[in-house]
Amino acid sequence: MLQKIKMYDRDPKVRNKDFEQVNFGYSQEEMFKEARRCLQCVTPMCRNGCPVEIDIPVFIKFLTEGNPKQAFEVLKQKNNLPAVCGRVCPQENQCEKFCILSKKKESICIGNLERYVADFMAESPIDNVFIKKNDVKIAIIGSGPAGLTCGGDLLKMGYDVTIYESLHDAGGVLRYGIPDFRLPKKVLNIEIDNLKKLGIKIILNTLIGRTKTLKDLFDEGNKSVFIAVGAGLPIFPNIPGENLNHIYCANEFLVRVNLMHSYNFPVYDTPIYKGKNVVVIGGGNTAMDSARTAIRLGAESVKLIYRRTEDEMPSRKEERVHAKEEGVEFVVLTNPIKFIGNDKKFVKAVECVKMELKEVDYSGRKNSHKIDGSNYIIETDMVILALGLHPNPVLPSLMKDLCTDSRGYVIIDENYMTSISGVFAGGDIIGGNTVIKAMGMGKKAAKAMAKYCSFTFAESNKI
Amino acid sequence: MYKIVNKQKIGEKIQSYEIYAPEIAKNAKPGQFVIFRIDDKGERVPLTIVSTNIRDGLVRVIFQETGKSTEHFASLEEGNYIKDFVGPLGCYTKIKKYGTVVAVAGGVGVAEVLPVIKALKKAGNKIITIVGARSRGLIILENELKEQSDLLLFATNDGTYGTKGFVTDILEDIINREKVDMTYVIGPVPMMQAVAEITKKKCIYTLVSLNPIMLDGTGMCGACRVSINGKIKFACVDGPEFDAHLVDWEELISRLMLFKEFEKISYNKFKHEQECKCYKK
Repeated sequence: MLQKIKMYDRDPKVRNKDFEQVNFGYSQEEMFKEARRCLQCVTPMCRNGCPVEIDIPVFIKFLTEGNPKQAFEVLKQKNNLPAVCGRVCPQENQCEKFCILSKKKESICIGNLERYVADFMAESPIDNVFIKKNDVKIAIIGSGPAGLTCGGDLLKMGYDVTIYESLHDAGGVLRYGIPDFRLPKKVLNIEIDNLKKLGIKIILNTLIGRTKTLKDLFDEGNKSVFIAVGAGLPIFPNIPGENLNHIYCANEFLVRVNLMHSYNFPVYDTPIYKGKNVVVIGGGNTAMDSARTAIRLGAESVKLIYRRTEDEMPSRKEERVHAKEEGVEFVVLTNPIKFIGNDKKFVKAVECVKMELKEVDYSGRKNSHKIDGSNYIIETDMVILALGLHPNPVLPSLMKDLCTDSRGYVIIDENYMTSISGVFAGGDIIGGNTVIKAMGMGKKAAKAMAKYCSFTFAESNKI
Repeated sequence: MYKIVNKQKIGEKIQSYEIYAPEIAKNAKPGQFVIFRIDDKGERVPLTIVSTNIRDGLVRVIFQETGKSTEHFASLEEGNYIKDFVGPLGCYTKIKKYGTVVAVAGGVGVAEVLPVIKALKKAGNKIITIVGARSRGLIILENELKEQSDLLLFATNDGTYGTKGFVTDILEDIINREKVDMTYVIGPVPMMQAVAEITKKKCIYTLVSLNPIMLDGTGMCGACRVSINGKIKFACVDGPEFDAHLVDWEELISRLMLFKEFEKISYNKFKHEQECKCYKK
């Protein structure tokens, strides 16, 4: 059996000084080699692992025939953002995990192939897709992965779609959260421009609930609304000293760098502190993004503190490998218990305690316990907290009829409809946690919204 | 793009702008703020909404030229456009009848106190307004304040207008003289803190509008976190108004110092570029 074709990674010592991508994708030759490894199973399992149900073997088949355009069509049927997914999806836990070859650890690199197709087609102008318009207006709140997917699908079904975004640029977490070295903004811009060319309207600087209310949206003739406002308030460790200066939430750090371009201060007005000895707390992809960004801003050392071991980290393995190659030091089985500041209230050290793993908890991961008396100090001048996020509270708090659970997630029924008729929700606001899951929800919600609209339409026509 | 429809200089380095933003004008309430960004390279800067003109779709903001972004903003002309203008953000002031309200404003905070006392007066409160400034030239909106106040008093550091001294001197006089049911304070942090200490002793309910460093302004990043009664709150979505007696002032002051060095760099670069332009002319 042929081995999988790996992408060529740039030298870690070079790439950790810039914001360019880690690797530049397959060459045509590599693409052919990889695509031809696909067994074209009669009952393909890979599809079952894809949250948006891409017809994976079919697009790969077109690639082997040297027809990337047709492959692109197959991707686009199910996925409005293939260039994004090819880069940031955790394929190893999805399609590639189900690939029959995964049993021999040689599953097809589906993500790499998807990326190849999307990048290959990015340069070529998109065809005029004929869309039969139905003049039914739909509003989407939030332009992140869930909103863009839902909006894109409804657009293709003929709906008149407007996406509202509170920030000054579209893309949600793809814009402000994921750094350029994982997802270049150019790639994101192409994906969004393609949706705009198809007719999607994106209105920036509009915080629904404040700038306009939900009622305004319905008054303006929207028949249905999709809430995809994503995650919001960062979670804090709730330990002494957490508000000292130069202790940042990952969201703040990443927003400054990605959205506000503060790495290029003072050309751009927004400042960022470039820490020398940085401590990142957390083990998810956001922690990896933060640590790797800190390295690129010139940190002499970046320590990533996590209370369990690397095996329990929720981040992708690929991200961890890249982070370590680039110089991020993993300090596992360690938990911060206190931040210590200097006389001007700037952080100067983190007091940590060693942890040990014991019994398995409800999430299937081993519980971590403090080891008494194992306290020690790590000196630092900058701490980045990447402990996760609460759902965005702004909109739910302003809409009394919108039911949320005890943690603040919007409650939906099996059709993604919220407690308000005609109002649907998806993505992190209902408890997704990856880009592709949010996209999957956006897709399913789009179907449900179309059904809802055609039903209410039919009813009103009777009258 | 958002158009600057009216521009007026109302004091020493203090500008009043009306920006065309009909949706914000329609939905804004006293106590809320906007975030503006001049251009693609600009930072996001919060400003309190002073008033709105729903008919013409205008939102009025007043700001003092204190750094790069505000000086840049002030250098724009009527008819110019800015890139971004989002709002209304934050919670609005809870307006009800308290009885006698003392509003204390420092510097450009006067602009921010105006919509609040207007609403409080309408709700039937007696309004005593105390304005503090370094000097007479920095006093703004005197006529508008007079209209909304039953009593309007001034304190200047140099004695060029009203009482020579601080707003706190006047406040203590009033508290000793009559019953005060509520105090509303907005201005420099040391002033807000000093007022809070006085009213705390007398158990007078006091609201302050806080101005921590802010980034997105929509409850996403945690930059504007403040400690209220020992708990983390986000000024952009939980505030900007908080019970003054529960604020950790020391922490707020230290967090405001965070980017002072960077602000200087940014300001010097801006000044340098401006001067270069003049030279070329």
